[in-house]
Amino acid sequence: MEEYMLIFRHENAQNQVSPEQMQAWMKQTMNWIGSIAAQNKYSGGNGLPFDDARVVRATGADAIVTNGPFGDIKETIGGYIIVKGESVDEAVEFAKGCPILMGEGNSVEVRRIARGEVS
Amino acid sequence: MGSTPYSSMEQSPLLPHLFRTEFSRISAVLTRLLGVEHLEAAEDIASETFLLALETWPYKGIPDNPTAWLYTVAKNKARNHFHRHQLFTKKIVDQLYDESEESADPEIDLSEQNITDSQLQMLFAVCHPSIPREAQVGLALRTLCGFGIDEIATAFLTNKETINKRLYRAREKLRQEQVAIELPSETEIDQRLDAVLTTLYLLFSEGYYSESHDAVLREDLCLEAMRLCYLLRENERTNQPPVNALLALMCFHASRFPARRNANGELVLYHEQDESLWNQELITKGAWYLQQASQGSHLTKYHLEASIAYWHTIKADTPEKWETILQLYNRLLQLEYSPIAALNRTYALAQANGKAEAIREAEKLQLTSTPYYYTLLGELYREIDSHKARQHFEKALQLAKTQVDKQHILKKIATFE
Repeated sequence: MEEYMLIFRHENAQNQVSPEQMQAWMKQTMNWIGSIAAQNKYSGGNGLPFDDARVVRATGADAIVTNGPFGDIKETIGGYIIVKGESVDEAVEFAKGCPILMGEGNSVEVRRIARGEVS
Repeated sequence: MGSTPYSSMEQSPLLPHLFRTEFSRISAVLTRLLGVEHLEAAEDIASETFLLALETWPYKGIPDNPTAWLYTVAKNKARNHFHRHQLFTKKIVDQLYDESEESADPEIDLSEQNITDSQLQMLFAVCHPSIPREAQVGLALRTLCGFGIDEIATAFLTNKETINKRLYRAREKLRQEQVAIELPSETEIDQRLDAVLTTLYLLFSEGYYSESHDAVLREDLCLEAMRLCYLLRENERTNQPPVNALLALMCFHASRFPARRNANGELVLYHEQDESLWNQELITKGAWYLQQASQGSHLTKYHLEASIAYWHTIKADTPEKWETILQLYNRLLQLEYSPIAALNRTYALAQANGKAEAIREAEKLQLTSTPYYYTLLGELYREIDSHKARQHFEKALQLAKTQVDKQHILKKIATFE
């Protein structure tokens, strides 16, 4: 059994959504995660709030810190979950149900988590 | 004064009652005093004390204060044991100690406070991480709840030999690891408390879901788990939010005891229960403990399960009720997966979002080895496809192991005739 990270990419997080819509999405997301957990395939996850986010560029004394991740970046990461799966295809099946995908331009990236193997 | 011997003893449940409460108190105090390596000796002394009561009281009458009588006898027996043991060790150690260093009698303190402290410390010793879970539950039943080997074997649906072996190994382990009878240190307490709560949770579940036909025994198991949990609540250091959450959970479940069995002792399922039989006092208490549990930020499975159990004390089916229960199950499963939680979540989903969605979700679970998976599917298909529903119930019947389950499924199948 492998672990896969499903990364939620939002096209434009500044889009205005109504509180009702937010509530509905939240419920759908909780049920989606609950469904994966009910299949004993959920390993963990976190939302990544946009407020108080920073972007750091360059290093040491040259470092430039900006309030991020907005601005010139069109795509932002809103969160991730980690699922268990026999193959990437199984993880993709989970990803297909992600309510984030209902937002236009949004995507879910599926990445296998390396387990200290020699590459 | 107790003029008729055995007959009156049998009528009054005095001795069994005293045994249940005092056996564990005496053995806890003595074990704490003598050390965990003498756990069995402490239990023997407690047993002998009751034996003497059984041999004496029928002829001399029941003493005015039976508990005090038991304590006096236990103290004397403990002193004798102490001397015997000391003599024995002396021979072995062979004059290692100065002859003049004669140790005084140990003080055997059977005060309420010391009994409570000893039992609490014993609880932590019994739930030491070196002892396997199953053995912890058995040892807790024997040592802390005063259950007989027969009763433990009945509760676990196994035989006396198995239980004896299990207890023997657990006591050996306590001895080898030299487990101290004390409350764990501040830094250790959270982790150790986790193990204690798991054992109490298992102890309660053992009683609540046991297949054993002995209804009284089953309830006793649950009540003992509640008593021990309450002991944790009463101590400042162990009165933590998860303890309150677990106690709340137990109260909510226990509130349904009178409604769970019909006159024939058969299990009555939640939806068919007469809610006027639910114990409102326990429900109120549970709600209070749950409120106490909500301090702090650490959310445990006990919090979630207690909240789910709380919503089940409200019989009316409202959208709010099932939506809340669904979300609680979603979180519970993220914290700790279990097949039964997965099935219950799907049931809640059906109530909240409809059967079609629940069927899609249920079919993903593939819990094909448990009859409950098929009874759930049968229930979900009932109004949608009665042929499929019936097939699922028949599959469930093939898988059902207990008489109670089989009867329940047969009733369901009969509704399709």
